[in-house]
Amino acid sequence: MTPILIPTPLRAYTGKKDTVHVTGATIGEALHALTAEYADLRQHLFTPEGKLRSFVNVYVNDEDIRYLQKDATPLKAGDTVSIVPSVAGGAGAAAPTRSAELTPDDIKRYSRHLILPEVGVEGQQKLKASRVLLIGAGGLGSPAGLYLAAAGVGRIGIVDFDAVDFSNLQRQILHGTSDVGRSKLQSAQDRLLAINPDLEVDTYETALTSKNALDLFKDYDVILDGTDNFPTRYLVNDACVLLGKPNAYGSIFRFEGQASVFGVAGGPCYRCLYPEPPPPGLVPSCAEGGVLGVLPGVIGTIQATEAIKLILGTGQPLVGRLLLYDAFNMRFRELKLRRDPACPVCGDHPTVTALIDYDQFCGVAPAASAPVAETTVQELKARIDRGDRLFILDVREPNEFQICRIPGTTLIPLGELPRRLDEIPQGPGAPDIVVHCKMGGRSAKAVRQLTEKGFTRVQNLKGGILEWIDRIDPTQAKY
Amino acid sequence: MSDVRGARSEARGADGGAQSVTGEARGARLSDRVRDAIRRHAAEAYPYECCGALIGAAIDDELVELVEIVDAKPLDNVTEEGPRRRFRVSATDYRQSEARARELGAELVGFYHSHPDHPAQPSQYDLDHAWPNFSYVIVAVAHGRPGDIRSWRLRPDRSQFDEETLA
Repeated sequence: MTPILIPTPLRAYTGKKDTVHVTGATIGEALHALTAEYADLRQHLFTPEGKLRSFVNVYVNDEDIRYLQKDATPLKAGDTVSIVPSVAGGAGAAAPTRSAELTPDDIKRYSRHLILPEVGVEGQQKLKASRVLLIGAGGLGSPAGLYLAAAGVGRIGIVDFDAVDFSNLQRQILHGTSDVGRSKLQSAQDRLLAINPDLEVDTYETALTSKNALDLFKDYDVILDGTDNFPTRYLVNDACVLLGKPNAYGSIFRFEGQASVFGVAGGPCYRCLYPEPPPPGLVPSCAEGGVLGVLPGVIGTIQATEAIKLILGTGQPLVGRLLLYDAFNMRFRELKLRRDPACPVCGDHPTVTALIDYDQFCGVAPAASAPVAETTVQELKARIDRGDRLFILDVREPNEFQICRIPGTTLIPLGELPRRLDEIPQGPGAPDIVVHCKMGGRSAKAVRQLTEKGFTRVQNLKGGILEWIDRIDPTQAKY
Repeated sequence: MSDVRGARSEARGADGGAQSVTGEARGARLSDRVRDAIRRHAAEAYPYECCGALIGAAIDDELVELVEIVDAKPLDNVTEEGPRRRFRVSATDYRQSEARARELGAELVGFYHSHPDHPAQPSQYDLDHAWPNFSYVIVAVAHGRPGDIRSWRLRPDRSQFDEETLA
């Protein structure tokens, strides 16, 4: 006979006995014998289909049978079985945080949602009570914000500190031509409220940092990552995992995008996918590499779709799956992702339990790169005007060269530089070399490469051709 | 005992809604000290849900079921589904709570938890995970301030919760 310890709430069905002795060779048999004797216990221990309810824990001595052989766990003399209730509950998925009653206007506005059984009045109320934080009001944040506002999300927070630039308008559809020069937050707020005046918009004109992230995130139900750089992406990921908040992730580059949902219990996080950031400079930013304007429209709306599903608690979320989108060949692919038990953030034994220095983690801390010799656009102009012998090297791509150029330059794209070194004058009497690109990043790399190859008197043009256009030649177009 | 009966009649007078379907009156009695402890725990845990064990004694007779709650023991919320909307008590804490009650010569009579920015009413999720014969005390916390406290008990057929008068 094996003793089964009965927990307090079930003793009403065992004649107040706290221990019942039954015969059985396995756990399954013992529980069967128990419920045969006390039939009222059955519905509290088993589902109508006869499966042990998920919130019923059964222990043999001190071991949970889930980690033994479950129902088939054998029982031997001297074993004690305990039924241990898993006590759980809670306000339910994304429950209302304020009065989420739908007004007659709401009912008109959201009627196409209300007639969807998967949304309905209850779902629309959840949306109304929900709060989503957009990290960035750029390419991804624009379509996501527009659709979330239109869908009836009650509160949208936006973190951004940029001003609208002409080069944003090709894809950042929150902002219009007349907004150029305005703060992106102001422009975004106006646009979102124009769509939905009932929306509450919280604006945070700040960079997201390890110091403010947890505080900013804590009041939101879903975080939507629309960042364009690795340090912030890791920061968003870690903060979401630490707070237990879902992260609707998306990223874009040239013609390709990806999306997933991280930070959901049991699911993977960004670090499970990419434990280490790429070496700095390996992956160019959109400003360097370009991006098809409509691409963030697709990825941002996927992120918004996932945010809405998470709030509604319906559908199959993009958890444990990485969706890859190739706009050039118009192809979607899906990769399976698993939570890595060894993940330093969401693993079984996390080592990252507070936010760290993400610039350092990604190797982009300013101290990480050795300084290169620099010159300014004013100095360059003065030397050209004086007739100094100069070799001005433009390391941009040919399509950029077509948009604007500094007169008298030689174009060698950065990627071709190693095999075209013989085109650059070297040796006694050779002219000084000035290297430029769009903003100064690629040309700094070129200066380092040339210096390593033995070129002397090589300087980087600070601020690149954009600075040249701003200060010296405003007649040329910027991009 | 006279105390208990006094509270019982007061409770029944105060709120007819405490009648259960079987015609029995149900109630739970919470001292100010215990009530304050629960509210304090709920405010501290905000915006997350808190949870804890309720220790006391159930007093049954034919007319009334009354639970006298003498102690509320805060427990860790170990949910893996986001503490903003969920709580879970670990199996270890559950077993220790029963043991502690036994040591005190009392019983584990239920659990409390908070509903941050949500009314003190059980959700479907609460119902799905409920155990019979326990008092489920729920405290609402609005913007960090504890509000309503109400107590609920699972109907034996698991179909719904009935409210218990809280005195």
